[in-house]
Amino acid sequence: MSATAAKAESIPFKIAQAETTTETHDAAPAGDAHGAAPAGELHTETGVAHGEEHGSGVFPPFDASTFPSQLLWLAITFGIFYLVMSKVIVPRIGSILETRHDRIAQDLDEASRLKAEADNAISTYEKELADARAKGNVIATEAREAAKAKADAERLKNEESLNGKIAAAETRIAGIKEKALADVGAIAEETAAAVVEQLIGGKTTKAEISAAVKAAAK
Amino acid sequence: MANDPTHQFLVNKIVPIEIGGIDFSFTNASLFMVASAAVASGFLYMTTSQRGIIPSRLQSVSEMSYEFIASMLREGAGSGGMKFFPMVFSLFMFILTANLLGMMPYFFTVTSQIIVTFALALFVIGTVVLYGFYKHGFGFLKLFVPHGVPGALLPLVVAIEIISFLSRPISLSVRLFANMLAGHITLKVFAGFVASLGTLGALGIGGAILPLIMTVALTGLEFLVAFLQAYVFAVLTCMYLNDAIHPGSH
Repeated sequence: MSATAAKAESIPFKIAQAETTTETHDAAPAGDAHGAAPAGELHTETGVAHGEEHGSGVFPPFDASTFPSQLLWLAITFGIFYLVMSKVIVPRIGSILETRHDRIAQDLDEASRLKAEADNAISTYEKELADARAKGNVIATEAREAAKAKADAERLKNEESLNGKIAAAETRIAGIKEKALADVGAIAEETAAAVVEQLIGGKTTKAEISAAVKAAAK
Repeated sequence: MANDPTHQFLVNKIVPIEIGGIDFSFTNASLFMVASAAVASGFLYMTTSQRGIIPSRLQSVSEMSYEFIASMLREGAGSGGMKFFPMVFSLFMFILTANLLGMMPYFFTVTSQIIVTFALALFVIGTVVLYGFYKHGFGFLKLFVPHGVPGALLPLVVAIEIISFLSRPISLSVRLFANMLAGHITLKVFAGFVASLGTLGALGIGGAILPLIMTVALTGLEFLVAFLQAYVFAVLTCMYLNDAIHPGSH
């Protein structure tokens, strides 16, 4: 136990020494570590440490002596990382994405609701427009028919009064014509008497002339 | 040793800790595990602190990685797999961050250690096995008996299925480990060529241009690999979880 503890304590020192040995190697590759060795025991020990790290022939990733430490620290770091992810990060990003999806869904709902409202308004407007148009047609037809009826009635009235006037005028004309025809005999007698007087110079009686005129008119 | 391409994978102690005779020192590997976890959770925490309905650019990076893994898991393991989302998301973010941090010069690549990738793979397979037995009891073993195989072939097929199941943690861990390791070694070797050719005078400097171009191209490729391997690990995790959730379905 005490031997391993001492080894553990000396390890960082060994690494530091190994690195300095490396530098001297690069500067003088002629095996300075084994040749000069003024520090004696200490230097040979670092030489051994150097030899252990590489001389064991173990490819570093396969060096089983590092496995316990790597496993422990992986368990600690990955364990904490997993806890942070599952308790903090995943719920957080999940809630951000969910909020966004909800918001988008809500906005889409709102948009479709507004669209439905607009559609309703448009259909209401069109219905009212159609109603108003139909009503306008009815009013126009009624007005046209009323005007037509009134015009017809007026025309009839005018025609009646005109017919009355025509009839009156015709009776008057007939009266005048009769009277005129009645007067024609007297005028013809007078004319005949005057013509006879001028032609013959003698007096004729009214009765003769009248008879003559009647004979001539026949 | 400066040119030794495996030097970058050396695990050095920073704070020596020993418990019960076993070495549990805080090493550079531990440091970069802590750094990966801290960078990943710090990034995700800071970028989502605004909780914006309209995300900022960095917030949408966090949201994209969340939705990326969520859709991967939903496609791979169905909606029943969503209870494993924190696990897959943690694995993906941790591996991705560790891979990307490892691309920085002088930084240690956590995922280039086989024990780390193997532990992560065992964590996945262990979850699959435990959840499979917890959920389906011995019905979970239907996983090894595919439908529609003639009776004579069945023992052979079952044996193959069991071997393929047992090789999963190995293939899962070696894939990630070997990709990171090989990429970093290749980069180091080509970059080493640039340095060693550069010391050979004018002709050497002219000749160093080729490995330099190669190094630049490989760096790009390695960033792709860093992402791709985290993605592959997450995808395979989803597929294995699917086996635990629906064992008889393949």
